[in-house]
Amino acid sequence: MIKINGKDASEAKGSSLGQYLDEKGYKKTYIAVEVNGAILPKTEYDSYIINDEDIIEIVNFVGGG
Amino acid sequence: MNDKLVIAGHEFNSRFILGSGKYSLELIKAAVENAGAEIITLALRRANSDTDNILDYIPKGVTLLPNTSGARNAEEAVRIARLSREVGCGDFVKIEVIHDSKYLLPDNYETIKATEILAKEGFIVMPYMYPDLNAARDLVNAGAATIMPLGAPIGSNKGICTKDFIKILIEEIDLPIIVDAGIGKPSQACEAMEMGAAAVMANTAIATAGDIPAMAEAFKKAIEAGRTAYLSGMGRVIEKASASSPLTGFLQD
Repeated sequence: MIKINGKDASEAKGSSLGQYLDEKGYKKTYIAVEVNGAILPKTEYDSYIINDEDIIEIVNFVGGG
Repeated sequence: MNDKLVIAGHEFNSRFILGSGKYSLELIKAAVENAGAEIITLALRRANSDTDNILDYIPKGVTLLPNTSGARNAEEAVRIARLSREVGCGDFVKIEVIHDSKYLLPDNYETIKATEILAKEGFIVMPYMYPDLNAARDLVNAGAATIMPLGAPIGSNKGICTKDFIKILIEEIDLPIIVDAGIGKPSQACEAMEMGAAAVMANTAIATAGDIPAMAEAFKKAIEAGRTAYLSGMGRVIEKASASSPLTGFLQD
């Protein structure tokens, strides 16, 4: 199973991460992405193909103290 | 007067670090402007693509200080700090390592470990800590850029309950001491500055005020007043009275 931000995202298999982010409406300037525990640089979003068993975290800033 | 707050070589005119939690995005710009704040804290969380992004609401030129809230140990703090830097908003990070949900007290030991790792990676590390002199010295040795002791539990608005211990840090530590957490009203922010704190960080006191931008302005004025008072040198305290008017030329003589 592919997990993105803790949820099943098996439908993303085979897409590039860049494609997935575009489809979901994420702005790349606002986010950071971690794939299987390692940070994926922004320059590699388009070339990274989402694989089975990937655990992906997409994070951004929110209000905080 | 050339009185700048200097953090790792970066100069700031404002000594008020503003939090951005617990109030609406629409009020952030007004709060930052009324506060005169040049540094604002943020948190990192899982992204939601269908909500506005806070970065669109922060005025340009304001330094972003992501925190590592949510981290329960050094390893998690390091992970959050690296992800924050990857977003692409600079090298500043406020380390926050907490595993006590009742009082939200920081774990100094894990904070020191995270500080050491991140300072070596070029981060400007501003650790939130329990005011303990030995831990503060370890943070200095680990490469911290400032020390951020708590005044009272986060969000409590109780004021500087740890006053005497923060004074010791101000006395003994050469880095800027920034009082963070617990400051609930402008008079307490002023008190921190009068003690010689380099800056004050506040969030809940502003976020839970009736008029958020107005309270941000009140804090700004209090912090400036306290700083000026500190630099002026406080008047002395004595046990008995000391007349302020001349003791000669009374009409009855």
